[in-house]
Amino acid sequence: MSAGDIETTAVEARVETPFQRFWSEFRESTIALIALIVLALIVLLAVLAPWITPQDPYDLAQVDVLDGKLPPGSEAFTGYTMWLGSDGAGRDLYSAILYGLRISLMVGMASGVLALIIGTAIGLVAAYAGGRTETLIMRAVDIQLSFPAVLIALMLVAILGRGIDKIIIALVAAQWAYYARTVRGTALVESAKEYIEAARCLGLSHTRVVFRHVLPNCMAPLIVIGTVQTASAIALESTLSFLGVGLRQTEPSLGVLISNGFEYMMSGRYWISFFPGLALLVTIVSINLVGDQLRDVLNPRLKR
Amino acid sequence: MTVFIIRRLLQAIVVVFLMSLIVFFGVNVIGDPVDMLINPEADQAEIERTIRALGLDKPIHEQYLFFLKGVASGDFGKSFIFGEPALKLILHHMPATIELALVSLVMAIVLGIPLGLYAGLFPDQRISRAIMAGSILGFSLPTFWVGLMMIMLFAVYLGWLPSTGRGDMAEFLGIRSSLWTRDGLSHLFMPALNLALTNISLVIRLTRAGVREAMHQDYIKFARAKGLTTRRVVGVHLMKNILIPIVTVLGLEFGNLLAFSVVTETIFAWPGMGKLLIDSLLQLDRPVVVAYLMIIVLFFVIINLVVDILYSVLDPRVRLRDQGT
Repeated sequence: MSAGDIETTAVEARVETPFQRFWSEFRESTIALIALIVLALIVLLAVLAPWITPQDPYDLAQVDVLDGKLPPGSEAFTGYTMWLGSDGAGRDLYSAILYGLRISLMVGMASGVLALIIGTAIGLVAAYAGGRTETLIMRAVDIQLSFPAVLIALMLVAILGRGIDKIIIALVAAQWAYYARTVRGTALVESAKEYIEAARCLGLSHTRVVFRHVLPNCMAPLIVIGTVQTASAIALESTLSFLGVGLRQTEPSLGVLISNGFEYMMSGRYWISFFPGLALLVTIVSINLVGDQLRDVLNPRLKR
Repeated sequence: MTVFIIRRLLQAIVVVFLMSLIVFFGVNVIGDPVDMLINPEADQAEIERTIRALGLDKPIHEQYLFFLKGVASGDFGKSFIFGEPALKLILHHMPATIELALVSLVMAIVLGIPLGLYAGLFPDQRISRAIMAGSILGFSLPTFWVGLMMIMLFAVYLGWLPSTGRGDMAEFLGIRSSLWTRDGLSHLFMPALNLALTNISLVIRLTRAGVREAMHQDYIKFARAKGLTTRRVVGVHLMKNILIPIVTVLGLEFGNLLAFSVVTETIFAWPGMGKLLIDSLLQLDRPVVVAYLMIIVLFFVIINLVVDILYSVLDPRVRLRDQGT
């Protein structure tokens, strides 16, 4: 869908699909648009990593310790230029960062989606069931939200140990409550409206009312929370990995790369931590900027 | 009022109880308690002796009661690494963490309020836009990476500030702290600023929002109409009114500072309880980890309890709403 035909629909026919309206409002912020493009680029780079990097940094046959700790722009032993330098083990940092991005994004999105599904389900149950169930669930949510996410994640990591699966569990456990609270709030507002009453009067089943009528109308705030929480999941994972209690060396996310570079920082070899950190930073900031604009566009209170 | 406090108190006790259950089941059911609680270097005879001493040969509900009894009497077992009681070790590291958290809280106020005030009073100026953009960065930058960059800039390249440790300490008014020596202060500056970054951004935003809202209120207009100087209007009339939410939020943030000090302390090798937690996690020193988790949970529950009660004193609507449900 090109920008051109959206405009023609918007101006001439004046019949917009909700997506077209959303998109034309989203485009109004240049910063958000740039952030979206940057984000798309980052995802593309991460997906295409094996085909666009000069080296597979975790294939021992392609890594030479003699190339270790080279400053940015140096020529590698095997011929190509290491534009971002190399790390202690002789891995090309550009390649390592793209491979690291894959892992960071995967962990962030997996835990984001899982937390969204679980949190939404729990929030819907709370809103629809009401009474004692609701009080119990919302008390649990309140209690959990009174602890910072980093503490809950640390607690679970202390119990479960390290590794991708365990980190995802820890991140989901640290974040589901945000979704549950949001969904429950929106679902309560929606349930009080006439169309839900109408749906119930038609004798539709509970499942149908909840999933076909209530849930679709709760999506807007969910999408906003989802983007912001995914960014914070990525940040949280890299923090845990940096502390040495997150992912293992064999699952080198950006946090692991930064952590590896820390020991070389004191001797002035900044690039081993700096560039992975920059990649992390750009990822998180662009997701947050997109999320900010999503909130402005999707918030019905700000509708013009 | 009394009913409200008793209800909140009961709720707090339930939370602590639940958390002890989670930590207990985490260590004893999901994990292997023999593996987790016994020094890996112990021989067979010692392992069996410890199993009996810890009551691991008993049924699970008796084990839990045994664990609760230990927690209640402050006995979390001895650290494998230091051979000292875990609780004592944590209390020994606590002052350093509290010092760091308090200094960064002060930094958040001292830096955040003037910047937020400026951005709120002159919203269209370029400097104000820069301040607001900076505050967005302060929220989204991962703390640990900013810490690394600070070390790189101030310690490695410029060589102005030391990057690790707590520096010299001195005693003043019976408090032993790095605050009283030049060397200690130079060690304190970077970690405290690093820890304060998120809160500086938070205070900037709160202050700006408060100023923007208050400027249109009648009491400000009236103060101006009386012919008071701008300095007095802003410094007395405005500040008094916008400080309440800022102080409340910062009070709540103190708990978060303690939690996030785990990250900052590790980067700057600050010898507080956060660094102790990470070291213990890495060295599989489980008694210390369990003790830390229980203590920090207790801390949070107490902070939340105090805030809740203070709220209900300040704002009776909270109390009434709670009684309604």
